[in-house]
Amino acid sequence: MSLRSRHLIGLEGVAREEIKLILDTAETFREIIERPIKKVPTLRGLTVLNLFYEPSTRTRISFELAEKRLSADSISFATATSSVKKGESLRDTVQNIEAMKIDMVVVRHSSAGVPYYLTQCLDSNIINGGDGTHEHPTQALLDMFTIRRKYGKLDGLRVILVGDVKHSRVTRSNIWGLKTMGASVAVCGPSTLLPYEVEKFGVDVYTSIEEALDGADVVNIMRIQLERQQAGMFPSQREYTNLWGLTRERLRLLNKNYTVMHPGPMNRGVEITNEVADGDASVILEQVTNGVAVRMAVLYLLSGKKEEETQ
Amino acid sequence: MSKPKVETLVDKKGIDRAVARLSHEILEKNNGAESLVLIGILTRGAHLARRIAQRIKEIEAAEIPVGLMDINLYRDDVHSKLDQPVIQRTEILFDVRDKNVILVDDVLYTGRTIRAALDQIIDFGRPRSIQLAVLIDRGHRELPIRPDFVGKNIPTAKDDRVLVRLSETDDEELVKIVRQGMSLAGPAAPERKKKGGKKA
Repeated sequence: MSLRSRHLIGLEGVAREEIKLILDTAETFREIIERPIKKVPTLRGLTVLNLFYEPSTRTRISFELAEKRLSADSISFATATSSVKKGESLRDTVQNIEAMKIDMVVVRHSSAGVPYYLTQCLDSNIINGGDGTHEHPTQALLDMFTIRRKYGKLDGLRVILVGDVKHSRVTRSNIWGLKTMGASVAVCGPSTLLPYEVEKFGVDVYTSIEEALDGADVVNIMRIQLERQQAGMFPSQREYTNLWGLTRERLRLLNKNYTVMHPGPMNRGVEITNEVADGDASVILEQVTNGVAVRMAVLYLLSGKKEEETQ
Repeated sequence: MSKPKVETLVDKKGIDRAVARLSHEILEKNNGAESLVLIGILTRGAHLARRIAQRIKEIEAAEIPVGLMDINLYRDDVHSKLDQPVIQRTEILFDVRDKNVILVDDVLYTGRTIRAALDQIIDFGRPRSIQLAVLIDRGHRELPIRPDFVGKNIPTAKDDRVLVRLSETDDEELVKIVRQGMSLAGPAAPERKKKGGKKA
């Protein structure tokens, strides 16, 4: 059993067995990050470039730690301190860095399709760390890993994705992954933040959070992406909180043993209240810990896969 | 090239006797079961480690901790393989510091698996000693590693395959050898240029 592709661009089209392999492998790495020496020599000699064209705290540090735990050499690139500021193009930038001999690239970019584009101009393995509003596969994998650890399965669970669905790559990756793994998925948010024809993803669509939460097991909250909004998609943050914010009262609609998730960064007091974010059912920090294990699994499974060996 | 020849080398009784003898030898060399821990290399080394622990319990009435170890993340050929091996869970739920660790595997061949296991154990802490117990030693070492306790020495050619089958995971209980090429390949068979068996 192995992954079919040598890149991880998205979860769309990734088979159930492949997702299961990644999650099972991540279980092993989860144990390693609890050891006194949190490091294995597996990727010794490989160099990984973290190419972040957009700000990131969790994803970048998580990838860097995953690389270090696997003994790979890692370099991190931030646009603000690079020649991108002098106008160097994406293609020139990455080809120059690859000329210094790197093996894998983790990329985040505000334009959808950049990770795919890099597979066309580089020999390295490419991992998508979030591209525009397209996909953020490792976030969805760590969300699924966290859910599976708590319930022992994904099959048959009801998962609600609430919030800024339109701008959220996390939502898209979660929909592809969760549906492949047999969960039932619904999205919920103001109609201005729901993409056109979102039901074609095979999800239930709600504009009322009460209706959406009724009978669900997991609620995963998508951040209101204030930086991506040119026009006002809702009248005010306070109105958003009143109508779609996750409050303690609304939690009562969920099934027993429910779970609250958020991929971060949180707008506390907007899409989620403090008491819910820090409550007993919240696995938000657990998600962050699991992220390192899941990214180790992805790096491990893709490493060493060369052009001629996969189709 | 003639057909590979399969031959049973050790039967169920033979495996039982070997496990019993290994258990006695381990106790004798370590003056009892105190500060002893067993770590079995997945998959079949782990079965053997559990069996030895059970034996020692019968002999000394002492409960010995058993750990399981997957060594794939410590291999020296990770990048040269087409697909990454599926890794299983390493479970060492005790502190190895100042313990006498008995590392258990089914077949000792090139010694590379044992090198990987030694590195991994040391990442868990500093044991007082690490000793190696194997059911089968088939020779052809590529590293300076030797076993402390051996169930059975079996001379092999480099392209022979030694298969240990244990009832915990297999539907039989025996050790067999698959001899490639000339069926005369006995203890003194010349080395042939070909990749070695499955066991590294």
